[in-house]
Amino acid sequence: MQDNYGFLGLYLLIAIAFPFVALGVAYLLRPKRPAPVKSSTYECGLETIGETWVQFKAQYYLYALVFVVFDVETVFLYPWAVAYNRLGLFALVEALIFVGILVAGLAYAWRKGALRWM
Amino acid sequence: MQVLDDLWIRIAVWFRGLLESFLPPWAVQLTMDVLGILLLIVLGIVVVLAFTYMERKVIARVGDRIGPNRAGPFGIFQAIADAIKMLTKEDVTPTNADRWLFLAAPIVVIIPAVLLYAVLPLGRGMVGVDLNIAVVFVVAMGGIPILTMLMAGWASNNKYALLGAFRTVAQLISYEVPMVVALLTVVLLAGTMSTVGIVEAQASFPFALVTPVAFVVYMLAGLAELNRTPFDLLEADSEIVAGYFIEYSGMKFAMFFLAEYINLFMVAGMITTLFLAGWQWPILPSWLWFLIKVVLVIFLMMWIRATFPRFRIDQMLGFAWKALVPLSLINLFLVALVAKVLEPGWVRTGVLFVSNLALLAGAIAIMAQVARKREERARAAGEAAIKRYYGSEVR
Repeated sequence: MQDNYGFLGLYLLIAIAFPFVALGVAYLLRPKRPAPVKSSTYECGLETIGETWVQFKAQYYLYALVFVVFDVETVFLYPWAVAYNRLGLFALVEALIFVGILVAGLAYAWRKGALRWM
Repeated sequence: MQVLDDLWIRIAVWFRGLLESFLPPWAVQLTMDVLGILLLIVLGIVVVLAFTYMERKVIARVGDRIGPNRAGPFGIFQAIADAIKMLTKEDVTPTNADRWLFLAAPIVVIIPAVLLYAVLPLGRGMVGVDLNIAVVFVVAMGGIPILTMLMAGWASNNKYALLGAFRTVAQLISYEVPMVVALLTVVLLAGTMSTVGIVEAQASFPFALVTPVAFVVYMLAGLAELNRTPFDLLEADSEIVAGYFIEYSGMKFAMFFLAEYINLFMVAGMITTLFLAGWQWPILPSWLWFLIKVVLVIFLMMWIRATFPRFRIDQMLGFAWKALVPLSLINLFLVALVAKVLEPGWVRTGVLFVSNLALLAGAIAIMAQVARKREERARAAGEAAIKRYYGSEVR
């Protein structure tokens, strides 16, 4: 078990090194001739109008909220799924109630129009 | 056959023997680990070169074109020429960009993509590390690119990039939920989260037959997670040019490109591992079976890309939350119930297969009904508008 995570740690180190090596080699090979027009923002030949870092649509936030609920739920369900064969019928009922509450939340969000794109 | 089956393991054992003759044990282990990791990373790069070439050829053939045919015989060196071009291309950082975040995004995107290969069982006994929580590891690593896309889109200081990033985040988090629930179904059937254990649990029946609904849901969600057609609206060329990586060029762009194709292989590999019995099945060597299945899955994805039009964002998000999430949850409890009532074997597989097909048919029927109603309503609204504008006598 410890060996597994040792291997993963080593893998992580090499994986972190990989983009630095690739970008470093490219840095040595590539030409460097910056120009003001070249490094202007690409917007189909036009100057950017107004500020880019604007306030964004709140709709995205609602989806993120629903997502957080369901993602946390599934993390709790994984141990249940692994041990499922050794658990009794009660485990199934319990999980049903657990998911049922969350599905009620989804139904509420659906009904309130949080899932409708405006 | 047996020799071919263990070919790579035999080479590894032989090489370890060679090292043991002049190195202390800890150094042997370290060298073997480092070499294995480097091999996996090289595999990732080779995969990218091979599948970009394959994709261009397949798409070209579907569109009745020839595809790349200049660089080498049948254009097979096209991918290498592209790689050299990427490496020697000038790298432009926009003046208005957030420099550090702009540099960090391509670095962070590639690390989890490369790490994912650690848990992919490439053949019998050929896996980087047999982690007992491999499925959760895959989901966790698959979550990091979402962050980098937002980083890239925000740092570019470009409206196309920002729009693309927002769309990406909305899409990826929406499709993560059905994907994770489909994975949960497989974990429940296999009783383990280790990828090797899941492959071994499919010795008699591949899970694609046991639970076709989870297979279809995972396939669709996988396409969405990969940003491939019909879910490619975050890089829809005709709307927002290229999405979040529009300002990237040279090697930084190549990092996003690499990550995308490495993830393509990974999702196809996960579909193979979780639903198509991984490296199992007789006669051919295990690693060859794995490769054949992965290439078939990827070919299917390319075929889909060449065939289907793109979704609109409301359709795409609605499909995830209103169709795939309920469907996958119902399927999870259907599978859980049947697994509790019946013993493993032919009967259980048959019951699950038939009930899953029925569930799928029902879901498609409901969706078709909803689509028909919506179309009727839209047509009625359109006709009413025409009537209001022209008066009642003109049609």
